Amino acid sequence: MLRIVLLLMLSMPAFAAIDVYQFDNEQQEQRFRILSEELRCPKCQNQSIADSDAGIAQDMRTRVHTMILEGKSDEDIVDYFVSRYGDFVSYRPPVNAGTSILWLGPILLLLGGAVLIVILLRNASRKAAADDEASQDKEPEEGTK
Amino acid sequence: MKANSPWVFLPLVGFVLLAVLLASGLGRDPQELPSALVGKPVPSFSLPSLLTEETYTEDSLKGRWQLLNVWATWCPTCHVEHPYLLELAARGVAISGLNYKDELPAAREYLANLGNPFTHVIVDADGQLGLDLGVYGAPETFLINPAGEIVLRHAGDLNARVWEEKFVPLLPTQAPAPGQGEGEE
Amino acid sequence: MAVEIGHLSLWLALAAALCLSVFPLIGVYRNLPAWQWYARPLAWIQWLAMTVAMVALGYSFYINDFSVAYVAGHSNSALPLEYRLSAIWGGHEGSLLLWGWMLSGWAAMVGLLSRSVPLPMVARVLAVMGMISVGFMLFMLLTSNPFDRNLPWFPLDGADLNPLLQDPGLIIHPPMLYMGYVGFSVAFAFAVAGLLMGNLDPAWARWARPWTTVAWSFLTVGIALGSWWAYYELGWGGWWFWDPVENASLMPWLAGTALIHSLAVSEKRNMFRAWTVLLAIITFSLSLLGTFLVRSGVLTSVHAFANDPARGAFILGFLIVVAGGALVLFGLRASALRSNTGFKPVSREAFLLGNNLILLTATSVVLMGTLFPLIGEALDMKISIRSPYFNGFFVPLAFVLILLMVPGMFSNWKRQDGNSLLKRMALLAPAAIIAGWFGARLPDPSPWQGVLAIMLALFLVFAHVDDVVRRARAYKQGFVTGLGKLGRGYWGMVLAHCGLAVLIAGITLVSFHEVERDIRMAPGDTAKLGDYTFVFDSLDEYRGPNFDSTRGHFHVSHDGEPVAVMHPEKRTYHASRQVMTEAAIDAGFWRDLYVALGEPLDKSNAWAVRIYFKPGIRWIWLGALIMALGGALALTDKRYRRNRFATNDAGAANES
Repeated sequence: MLRIVLLLMLSMPAFAAIDVYQFDNEQQEQRFRILSEELRCPKCQNQSIADSDAGIAQDMRTRVHTMILEGKSDEDIVDYFVSRYGDFVSYRPPVNAGTSILWLGPILLLLGGAVLIVILLRNASRKAAADDEASQDKEPEEGTK
Repeated sequence: MKANSPWVFLPLVGFVLLAVLLASGLGRDPQELPSALVGKPVPSFSLPSLLTEETYTEDSLKGRWQLLNVWATWCPTCHVEHPYLLELAARGVAISGLNYKDELPAAREYLANLGNPFTHVIVDADGQLGLDLGVYGAPETFLINPAGEIVLRHAGDLNARVWEEKFVPLLPTQAPAPGQGEGEE
Repeated sequence: MAVEIGHLSLWLALAAALCLSVFPLIGVYRNLPAWQWYARPLAWIQWLAMTVAMVALGYSFYINDFSVAYVAGHSNSALPLEYRLSAIWGGHEGSLLLWGWMLSGWAAMVGLLSRSVPLPMVARVLAVMGMISVGFMLFMLLTSNPFDRNLPWFPLDGADLNPLLQDPGLIIHPPMLYMGYVGFSVAFAFAVAGLLMGNLDPAWARWARPWTTVAWSFLTVGIALGSWWAYYELGWGGWWFWDPVENASLMPWLAGTALIHSLAVSEKRNMFRAWTVLLAIITFSLSLLGTFLVRSGVLTSVHAFANDPARGAFILGFLIVVAGGALVLFGLRASALRSNTGFKPVSREAFLLGNNLILLTATSVVLMGTLFPLIGEALDMKISIRSPYFNGFFVPLAFVLILLMVPGMFSNWKRQDGNSLLKRMALLAPAAIIAGWFGARLPDPSPWQGVLAIMLALFLVFAHVDDVVRRARAYKQGFVTGLGKLGRGYWGMVLAHCGLAVLIAGITLVSFHEVERDIRMAPGDTAKLGDYTFVFDSLDEYRGPNFDSTRGHFHVSHDGEPVAVMHPEKRTYHASRQVMTEAAIDAGFWRDLYVALGEPLDKSNAWAVRIYFKPGIRWIWLGALIMALGGALALTDKRYRRNRFATNDAGAANES
C-alpha cells in the first residue's frame, strides 16, 4: 500500500511481466506461480521475479520453468538459486544462528509480554479483592450511599 | 506508590539500539550483493566463441590467473569501462570476455571499433551461463585462479581504484598480474 | 513571485513554530497565563503561513512555473490540471510540505476544539506540536526546499509527474495517509504534555482519544487506498506486498490500533495510563520511522523516494530527539502514573491487555521483518523477507486476536463471570462453525486455514449482532428505541470490528480462490477462466493528453451471458517515455475480473495477456472503509460533543 505513498519513485518499478509458459498440469503451474513469488529479482528494487520484467528475472523464470518440467522439487530449485545468488534471492529467510533474532524476537516479546500480563493480573486481582473487602466493610457504615 | 522501577527505561534502551542500527544503515548501499560463488569452481558450460569457430568449456578458464568480464553492447557502463580493460590487457592481464545476451554482429562490430581486450570471447546468448554464475547484470568481473575457481566477483565497472583495492590484494605476490601465473595454456 | 511568497511563508511558519514551542511553556513554568494564552493564536498563525506556502506551490504548478526546480521535476505543461495540483505531493519536497501543512492544521484544530481542556494543558500540547513543526520546517528549509529555483537556466518544459502517480487514487492516497501519520502527533503531544505535567488529569484520555480515533481512521483509509492503487495501477494484481514502504504505514496503524484500545481503558477506568502514554509515543515514533525508512535509502523498496543519506541523517537525528526525548521523559515520570485500581483476570481490562500484546507483537513482526535486512548487513548477511515470514506470524496472530475480541467485548469492566461468558460464546460458536463450514465451500472447498478464517470472521460478526440485540433489548422502551439509545461510540466499535471480519473474509476468499492465467492471445482468440469466457476482439491505438496508448478490446461472458467489456491498455508517456500497463478491471461485489496486456509476442499479432478472477478482493478495502467509518462514528459520540458545548461558554469567556 502504500505503496504507498511513496511517491517519488525515481527508480521506477518495472512492470509485472506476463509470459506464457506451457506446463504439463495445473499443479506445476501453481508451483511455478508460488516459486516465482518467493524468488527475488537480484537486480531490481524489492521485487519478486514474478513482479519484474527485468532481463534477469525473465531468465530466472525461464530456468524455474525448465527445472519444474525436468521434475526438480521446489527445494532443488530454490537451492539452485541460493547457491548462486545467496540467501538474498529467496524471500523465505533461512533459519540459522544469524537469523535467530528475526524468528525468535517476536516470539520472545509475546512470551515476555504474556508473563508480564500474568503478573499484572495477579496484582490487579489482589487489589480488586482488597477493594471488595474494603467496600464490604464500609458498606454498613456508609448506609444509604 | 512504588519506587521508580528500572523497567520504565526499557523502551528507551530498545530505541537506542534501533537508532544505532538505523545510523549504521545510512550511507550503505543496500543494493550491493555478495557473490555466493566465491571459492567455487566456474560452473560447467559449453558455449561458442564470438570471434572464432571454437567451443569453450569451463576448462578454457583454467591454467592461469585471469579475469572473466561480463559485457554487452547494450550496457552503457561496459562502454565506460572498456578503455580500462584495454589498458589492463596491454599490461599483460589475461581477460576472458563473456558476451551476455547480446546481438552478435553488434558485439563483433563493437570489438572491431573499440579494440579487443579479451583473449577469448564466450557467447552466452540466452544468459544461462550468466545465471549459473549468479550474474545479475552487466558489467561484472570475476577473478579466476589457475584451478578455475572464482576468487572474487565485482559488479559494476572496473576502474583503476577498484582494481587496486579489490583485485590486486588477492593476486599472488610473486606473479605480478594475472596472465603471468604458473600455468601456460 | 508566488514562489518567493511561499518561501517566505515557510520561514514565517518556522518563526511561529519556534515561538509556539517556547513561549507557552515558559508561561506554564512561570505561571503566566497570558503567555500560555498565546499558544492558540500562534498555532493559527503557523497554519495560515503554511497554507499560504501550500497555495503558493499549488499556484506555481498551476501556471507551469518551470523555473521552480520542484515544479520542473514533477510536472509538465501537458499534464492535466488535477494531476498538476496533486503533483504538489508527488515528490519528496512537496510531500514534506504537505506533512508540515497538515501538522500545523492538526495543531490549529487542537487550538480550536480544546475549549474544555485547561489552558496550561493546551499550552503544553501545542508547544510539543510546535517543536515537531520546527523539526519538519527546518528539514524542509535546510535540505528539501520545494521553493528552490532553477536559475538562471530553467527548462522550457517539466520532466512530468511519474506516470504511476497520474491516477485519481493517488490524488487522495497521500493526503489520507499523511493525515493519519501526522494525526498521531496529537496523541503524542498529549502524552508528552501529560508527562511534563507529572500527573495525568483523569480527563486526559477523554481529550486525547477522539484525536487518536480520527488519525487512525485517516490512516486506515490511506492504507486501503494505497492497496487499491497498487492493485489496479501497478498491474500486478496483488494488493499487499510487504514492501518496506507498506510496512512503514502498517506499523503505526497496528500500534495506533493498540493505542485506541488502551485509551478506552484509560478513559473508562483511569488505568493503564503509563502504558497508554508509552503507546502514544511509540505510535507517533513509528510514523516518523516510516518517514525515515522511505526517504533515507537504508532499505531497498520499489517505492522509495529519491534517496539521500543527508536527508536520512536529518530525519534520524530528528527521530532521536523526538522519540528519544519522549522516552527519557517517560522513564523519569512514568512511575507517577501507576494506578491502584484492581480488576479480575476475567474482565474487559484483561482481554484488552491481551489485545494490546497481540497487536504489539504484530507491530514487532513488521518492524523486525522490515529492519532485519539492515541487521543482516551489519553481520554481512544478505537476506530478503516477504510474505513467507510475515504471513507465518500474522495468520496465527490474527486468529488469536479474534478469539480475544469476542470475550473482551462480552465482558464487563473490572470483573466478569466466567461461566456466563463461556455460555454466551458456546451458543454462538456452533452457529459460526456451521455457517463457516458451508460458507467456506461456497465457491470451492477451501483448505482448512480458509475454513477456519471464515468461521472466525463469522463468529466475530455473530458475536456483535448478538451483543447489539442484547443491549438494545435491555432498554425498557423496546428494542427499536433501544437500538437508537446505544451510544455512537458503541456503534463505532461494532462497525469497526465487523469491518475487520469483512476484511478477513476478503483476504481469505482472494487468497484461496483467485484464479490467474498468463496466456498468449491474438485478436479473435478466446480464453476460459472457470465459468468465464474472455474474447479478445481487437486492438487499437489512441492518443491521450500526454501519452499514446495501445488498447485492447475484450468482452467477457459468464455461461453465455455477457458480463463486461474490458479495455486494458499499454501507455507510453511522452515526457518520460515510460511504458505503463493500465489493467482493465470489471469490479463487482463478489468478484473482480482483471485483464492486463503484457508484451506483444514476436512475429505475430499475439500478446501475452494476464487474466485474473479475484473473488472477495473488494471486501478487503470495503472492510477497511467500514473500520474507518466505525472510527468516524465513534467520534460523534455524545460524550465528546457534550463536552465541547458544555464548556464553550467558559472558553469564550476566557478568551474575551
